[in-house]
This record gives sequence, structure tokens and C-alpha cells, in this order.
Amino acid sequence: MARTLKLRIWRGTDKDGGLQDVTVEANSGEVVLDIIHRVQATQMGDLAVRWNCKAGKCGSCSMEINGKPRLACMTQISAYPEDEVITITPLRAFPVIKDLVTDVSFNYKKALEVRAYEPPSDLAPGEARMQQVDVERSQEFRKCIECFLCQNTCHVIRDHEENKKSFAGPRFFIRLAELDMHPLDTLRNRKQSAQKEHGLGMCNITKCCTEVCPEHIRITDNAIIPMKERVVDVKYDPLRWLGSVIRKRDGIL
Amino acid sequence: MTNTIERHKYDIVVIGAGGAGLRAAVEAREAGLSVAIVCKSLFGKAHTVMAEGGAAASMGNVNEKDNWMVHFRDTMRGGKFLNHYRMAELHAKEAPDRIWELEVWGALFDRTKEGKISQRNFGGHEYPRLAHVGDRTGLELIRTMQQRIVALQQKDGRETGDPEKNIKVFAEVTITEILKENGKVAGAYGYRRENGAEVLFEAPAVVIATGGVGKTFKITSNSWEGTGDGHALALKAGANLVDMEFLQFHPTGMVWPLSVKGILVTESVRGEGGILTNTLGERFMFKYIPDVFKDKYADNEAEADRWYIDQDNNRRPPELLPRDEVARAINSEVKAGRGTEHGGVFLDVSKRLSAEVIKKRLPSMWHQFYELAGVDITKEPMEVGPTCHYVMGGVEVDPDSAAAVGVDGLFAAGEVAGGMHGSNRLGGNSLTDLLVFGRRAGKGAAEYVKSHGENPVSEASIAKAAAKIALPFVSQGGENAYSLHQELQEVTHNLVGIIRTGVELQEAIEKIAELRKRSANISVTGDRQFNPGFHLVFDLDNMLLVAESTAKSALLREESRGGHTRDDFPGMNSTWRQVNHIASFDGEKVNIKAQPLPALPKELFDLFDVHELEKYMTPEEIAKGGSN
Ligand SMILES: Cc1cc2nc3c(=O)[nH]c(=O)nc-3n(C[C@H](O)[C@H](O)[C@H](O)COP(=O)(O)OP(=O)(O)OC[C@H]3O[C@@H](n4cnc5c(N)ncnc54)[C@H](O)[C@@H]3O)c2cc1C
Ligand code: SF4
Ligand code: SF4
Ligand code: FES
Repeated sequence: MARTLKLRIWRGTDKDGGLQDVTVEANSGEVVLDIIHRVQATQMGDLAVRWNCKAGKCGSCSMEINGKPRLACMTQISAYPEDEVITITPLRAFPVIKDLVTDVSFNYKKALEVRAYEPPSDLAPGEARMQQVDVERSQEFRKCIECFLCQNTCHVIRDHEENKKSFAGPRFFIRLAELDMHPLDTLRNRKQSAQKEHGLGMCNITKCCTEVCPEHIRITDNAIIPMKERVVDVKYDPLRWLGSVIRKRDGIL
Repeated sequence: MTNTIERHKYDIVVIGAGGAGLRAAVEAREAGLSVAIVCKSLFGKAHTVMAEGGAAASMGNVNEKDNWMVHFRDTMRGGKFLNHYRMAELHAKEAPDRIWELEVWGALFDRTKEGKISQRNFGGHEYPRLAHVGDRTGLELIRTMQQRIVALQQKDGRETGDPEKNIKVFAEVTITEILKENGKVAGAYGYRRENGAEVLFEAPAVVIATGGVGKTFKITSNSWEGTGDGHALALKAGANLVDMEFLQFHPTGMVWPLSVKGILVTESVRGEGGILTNTLGERFMFKYIPDVFKDKYADNEAEADRWYIDQDNNRRPPELLPRDEVARAINSEVKAGRGTEHGGVFLDVSKRLSAEVIKKRLPSMWHQFYELAGVDITKEPMEVGPTCHYVMGGVEVDPDSAAAVGVDGLFAAGEVAGGMHGSNRLGGNSLTDLLVFGRRAGKGAAEYVKSHGENPVSEASIAKAAAKIALPFVSQGGENAYSLHQELQEVTHNLVGIIRTGVELQEAIEKIAELRKRSANISVTGDRQFNPGFHLVFDLDNMLLVAESTAKSALLREESRGGHTRDDFPGMNSTWRQVNHIASFDGEKVNIKAQPLPALPKELFDLFDVHELEKYMTPEEIAKGGSN
């Protein structure tokens, strides 16, 4: 049942830090977050870690476990062989605050840059009628728990700090796709703005974001690719472009 | 220290970024005021995000017989008539508008065939009433509110050039004190979790929306944030807590593996047809239908099963009784030796629904069990047992304005406010409570600020608040906050839990007092840089005050009702129904006084069948037939 676990936990601040070896007891069924909490309660009272729900619902406990971006509360210890040393490090794409806690404010800045949902001006409360099939596409993207693992893993920003300015990242591509597919959103230029303002063009569809998403949102297939395809359509098809202008002016959805 | 603190000035400070806090902030901003939202976690992570089942509102989309009066009746029944009638009334009346408003702000609820918002069944609700998005309704609610705030910021940005000028989120900041001058609220003080730096908010009105207290208990569905901060802040600021003896133990928390013990298994599992059985294979809930509910719940399997197809001609399955009943039933089964080896019972939905439907309607439950317990709920039953989930008690407020009784400029909404749910909350009623009273608190605070104006904070108050934050670093070699927290959880779990007795409560009160004494001597290791040991010192102080309020109120209430069960006083008592317990703090200890519960006015009294009221009220009350 119980086993002795060897960990290497990154400890430090924005100034300096390094891996520290820790040995700790683990019980069967425990997840990495449990182990971190045990270390905190018994050996390192000031070990910093974020968490809330402990059930994969809030997206707070994002970190890198053996180099893989993961939720610590959903990572079973049993997934690692008895003799393996588990290395726990903070998200790499964001600046460290302390230990496993990083400064993710980049994401909140990007959220502020995505133009909000704009309902029809005459939509009275309770009057909306939408079919389940029509809301489902956007609902997939609204499952996002904002763990920012996809942001952390995307090479466009992971390895290129300078791209952060012009690249919103996969989390916000699905937000744009969600609004684009939202049956009631009246802003018709979501795809174009993804391309022009949010750096969609810099994505080269490596699908790494989809692979790490704990909500199994098909970021690339269902959001990025359809937007990219249709951006091309809209860009080069003058008739479609004219159509969208007319529809927008007429206020028809 | 005081010269280096970060200072901000706002019209209103909202403490808490859950559903209640965000809704209050939106309302206050829309009323033209400047608002700071302060929260302990990142923006969008508050407890509300974990709510699964749905938000109760009598929109009547699935069964058109539903309306606010039916909802009001269900809420009062669920709370065993200890609810503040006016809160239950406002809630039932305004909940549909609050849900529809979310839709106007971009929320995408699951739909009915006609394209309206779909509604699902839940314990204690007569008709399908819970608007939902699969089993991640709380996420939808919080994301919608979060995005609404972003929309307001973008508007401010377009108009003033600075999106955060009039509404700003201060994430990962803990408020440790509500500041007062001249007897009125003047602001709030706290520290940044990141580096321990101190922050002062000057504001003539503060809305407390800090959520629950679950972390006071050993087994809980709450996250680390649920440490009763707002309850304690309010007490210390001179406000009262009402009904603190009433805690909801949700009947179905995970019991295995140990590390996830307490994590919630949504009631929707039962709403969608899940049944409870003991190790003998017995569907035991039929044995536990209390007299007051006999005419609404099926007493045999055939009828209970038929209800899923024909709700008009059959009574509901007893698995859908209010939570307190189901939690006690499970507790009794386990005590009688009919529980699983991990101290739970079985909850099975695999026999009623196909794997595909389960994964579609209960996706996060499937995920949760598969990933955390290695159980495939489409094939096998889950093991479940009670977990501390929700506190009905909370800040005593004026129902219409959400103003805290006794402190000018203080408002409270959401789980931290008391009264609305009486002795037991119905599932789904919290999410709409957050919206209805969050909005009212925002409005109440805005009106207050407009009529009262500024109330500057004095340097003396700041120095006092700052000294408290510095204290844990001063003493060396003292108590460890983690161990004290564990000891407190043992005390509450063993002595103030689901089933209580006078002797044990007395013991609990003494032990809590002792822990409080020891907590004055806590010292922390490390420095102020994101230091959880340091953070826990303040949380612990709050939990101790909450535990004391709960134990003391529980000792005085000599009956069993809703989320308060006394082994030595097993029955419900109509005289006790007329009593609220009001907790206040004198700086050293919590004191409890009995206060008469506001009586149902005639027009609400008349919504009930008098024979039903006879089960709850005294003959004199019945004879009076309402208060006016
Ligand atoms: C697992 C689970 C499932 C649930 N499912 C449902 C459901 O289906 N339907 C339903 O109606 N209800 C449900 N509930 C109950 C409901 O979710 C909560 O009651 C509700 O979300 C509380 O919301 P709130 O806005 O009052 O506070 P919370 O969402 O708890 O937010 C509290 C906020 O206050 C902040 N805060 C606290 N203390 C401080 C401090 N000292 N300084 C600064 N900030 C502070 C926190 O950081 C947080 O932002 C569920 C609860 C749980 C735990
Ligand atoms: S698919 Fe695009 S967004 Fe996703 S990780 Fe690759 S480059 Fe980044
Ligand atoms: S899309 Fe997935 S990986 Fe990215 S933030 Fe959302 S939940 Fe996390
Ligand atoms: S703690 Fe919420 S996702 Fe891990």
C-alpha cells in the first residue's frame, strides 16, 4: 500500500532556485497534489503551490511533472514506477513567483483583449431559442477550466518570449471560436480578428495544445483549423465578404 | 510598515469572486460606482466553479406548472420552515430573471427540444427546475460573470483609456480585517499572498461574498478557500451570524481512495436516476421517508421507477429526499454495519442509463471516478458517504438590501449570508441565491454609498491591522498552524458532526477554546513570499471563530432539524422553529442569543395547505394564520 516516494521539487523565486530532493510517504490512490501537501505539512511549511478543487475542475494546480504539463490533482502516483524519481517543476512559459507558483497574468491580459460577446440588442431575457446541436459546438470550448496548460505548452510562446505580444494562444483561440460559433453573438468578424489581432497565423497546427488539455477539448481540430480555413475563405472570396457586410448591416444573424 | 503599504480607493470593495461577489460587482459598476473585487485565488477559480448540478429557477420550461410559489414552498419545506421567508420569497421570484440574464451575457445552458433552457430534477424540487450545463454549471456561471466583468472593463477602456479604472480584480489577496471609522465601514485591509505585502482598500461600503466554512471540518467538499473568512470578518466587525448550527452534510461524497475523501458526487447522479443500496443490495431509502414527506415520495420501487417516465401520476423516488434526510439515512446504514469497507454505501446509475447517456449527462462525474478512483460509473456503482458541504448559517442581513444587521456600510451575499435556506438548503438553490442576493447586495451597497459618501480610514486603524499581520513572524518556536488545523478538524468531525449530543458539544466548546488559546502562540517558518504556512494562520483564526459559533449554537438548540441533528433531542419541535440563534463576538468569545424568527405573512402562509403547516407550526401560529 504505502510506498516511499523520491521527488525532486523545484524551489526558488524569480531570482534563483533549483531542484531539491525530498523523500516522502505516499498511500495508494494518492495524486501528486496530495504528496505536495504532505511535503508542505511535514517538511517544507512554506512550499508554494496553487490548488482549489482537487478534482480537475478549477485549473489551479497546473505544473510540469517529469517535464509534462499536467494538473497535479489529476495525476496519480501509481502512474509512475516504484523506483522512479518524480520531478516537479513550475510551468515553464510563465515567470516564476515562488516554487511551483507562476505569474499567469499574461492570460488575463489576453482575455481582456478578446472583444466581449455581443448579444443582439433586442434580445429580451428568456426569449432566446437555440437548439442543443447549435450550442454544443461552443459548449465544448466553454468546458475550458483555464488551467493554461495549453498556453504553457504552445511552442510559439514557450520558447519565444517575444511572441507573447502578438499571440493570444490556444486558450483564446477557443474563446474566439466559441464566440464565432455562438448562435447569438452579433460580431461577425471573430475569425478575422483571430487572424489579425490575436496571432492565429503564427499557429502551425502542431496540436501540442490539444494533447495536454485536461478537458479533452479538441483545440486544434475543432477551433483552430476551422477558423483558419474560413479565414482563408473569407479573405479571398469577395462574394462571401460582401455577403457578410450586408448581413451585418441588416442585423440578420 | 505603514508607509510602504499599497493603497487603493474605491466606492465599494467586494470580498470574494465567486458567483455572489461577481454579481454584486457587476451591479455596483452598472450603477456607476468604482469597484474593487478581492479574492484569495486567481480570478475564475472561486468555489462556485465547482458547482455541478445546476441553478434552481422556476422558469417552467420543462413542466409549465412550475412557478415561484411552488419554488418558494419547496424551499421552505427543505429548510423546515426556519428560512427567513422574505429571502426565500425574493429568491423564488427573481431566480428566473437572473438565469435569463446570464443567457443575455453569453451563457450557453443545455436546451429543451423547443430550444429553451433545459431544467433537471433535483432533491426537494417538485418539478424539473435546475438550469444546467452537463454537470459543470458552476463553471458556466463563473465564466459568464467573469466575461461580463471583462465586457464592463472593455467598455471603461473605450471610454477612459484604462479598462481597470473603475472595476479591478485583486486576485490572490487575502482580506484580514474590515476597517471601521465612526462606527461605520471605511474599508478593508489585507495582504498579497504572493509576497505578503500589505494592501489597504479605502471604501465606504464592503460586500462580503466569501463563501463557506467546509475546511473547518475533516471531510468536506470545499476547497482550501472555505475557511469562513467572511463569517469571522463580519463577527469581528460587529455583525451577527444567524443559525450557525446548521451545516449541510451532502449525502454523497467520495469515500475512496482516501485522498479524495469528501469530494462531491453531484446530486444529479440521483436526479438522473441513480439509486442507493447497502451491502445487502437493499434499496434502503424507502425505510427513511419521514412522515412530513410521505405523500410526496414513493414507498415502493415500482412507483419510484415509474416516476422517471411519468411524474404527474407517481410519487418521487426517496433518493431525491432533501439532503439532510439522505445523509442521515446513509449514516445510519453504515452505523448498522451495512456499509462498505470504506464506510460508504453504493450509488449506481449504470443500471438505469446507457454508457453513452451517462457520459453525456454526467461527464465530469465519469471523469472524476475514472481518473481518481479507477471506477467506471457506466459499469459499476460508486461508493459514497456524507461530506461537509454547505453552511446554512451566516451573516444576518436585511433581505431586500443584503445589508448586514448592525454595521453600516457592510453587506453580505451568497453562502456567507444566513437566513435564506433555513435549516437545510435544497440543491441548486445556492447558485441562484448567489445571483439574486449578489445583485441585491451590489445595489444595496451602491445606494448606501450614494447617500452616505466617503468615510476615510485613520492611520491608527491601519497600524492596528498591520500589526496583526506581522504577529506570526514575531514569535519563535511556537505552535504549528497545520497541526492546530488538524486538531480542530478532529474536534469538529467527532463532536460537532452529523449527529450531535449535548455532552459532546460541551466538550467541543472547551476544546475549541483551548485551541484558540494555543493559536495565539503560532509561529511560522520562512518569510512572506507565497508562504502557505503564513496564510493558514489567518484562515485558522477564522475557522476557530466559526467552529465556536457552530458548537455554541448547536448546544443551545435542543431539537433536531435539517442540518442539525441531536441524538439527545431527536424530534423536530415547533417551539424551536420560532427561534433563530444569533451569534456575536465580544472580542474574546462568541455569545449566542435567541431571537424570534420573523413570522410568515398571511399571503405566504396561505400558499400552503394548513395541514402541512400543522406539521411545523404550533397551534397558536396556525390559529393566527400568518402575521398580518
Ligand atoms: C463541489 C460543490 C458542488 C456544488 N454544486 C452546487 C450546485 O450544483 N448547485 C448549487 O446551487 N450549489 C452548489 N454548490 C454550492 C455552491 O457552489 C456554493 O455555495 C457557492 O458557489 C458559493 O458561492 P459564493 O459566491 O458565496 O462564494 P465562493 O464561490 O465560495 O467564493 C468565495 C470567494 O471569496 C474569496 N474569499 C474568501 N475569503 C477571502 C478573504 N479573506 N479575502 C479575500 N477573498 C476571500 C474567495 O477567494 C472566493 O473568490 C456546490 C458546492 C460544492 C463545494
Ligand atoms: S496547435 Fe497551434 S496553438 Fe496549439 S500548440 Fe501548436 S502552435 Fe500552439
Ligand atoms: S483549453 Fe484546455 S488546456 Fe487550455 S486552458 Fe482550457 S482547459 Fe486548459
Ligand atoms: S486543484 Fe482544481 S484542477 Fe487541480
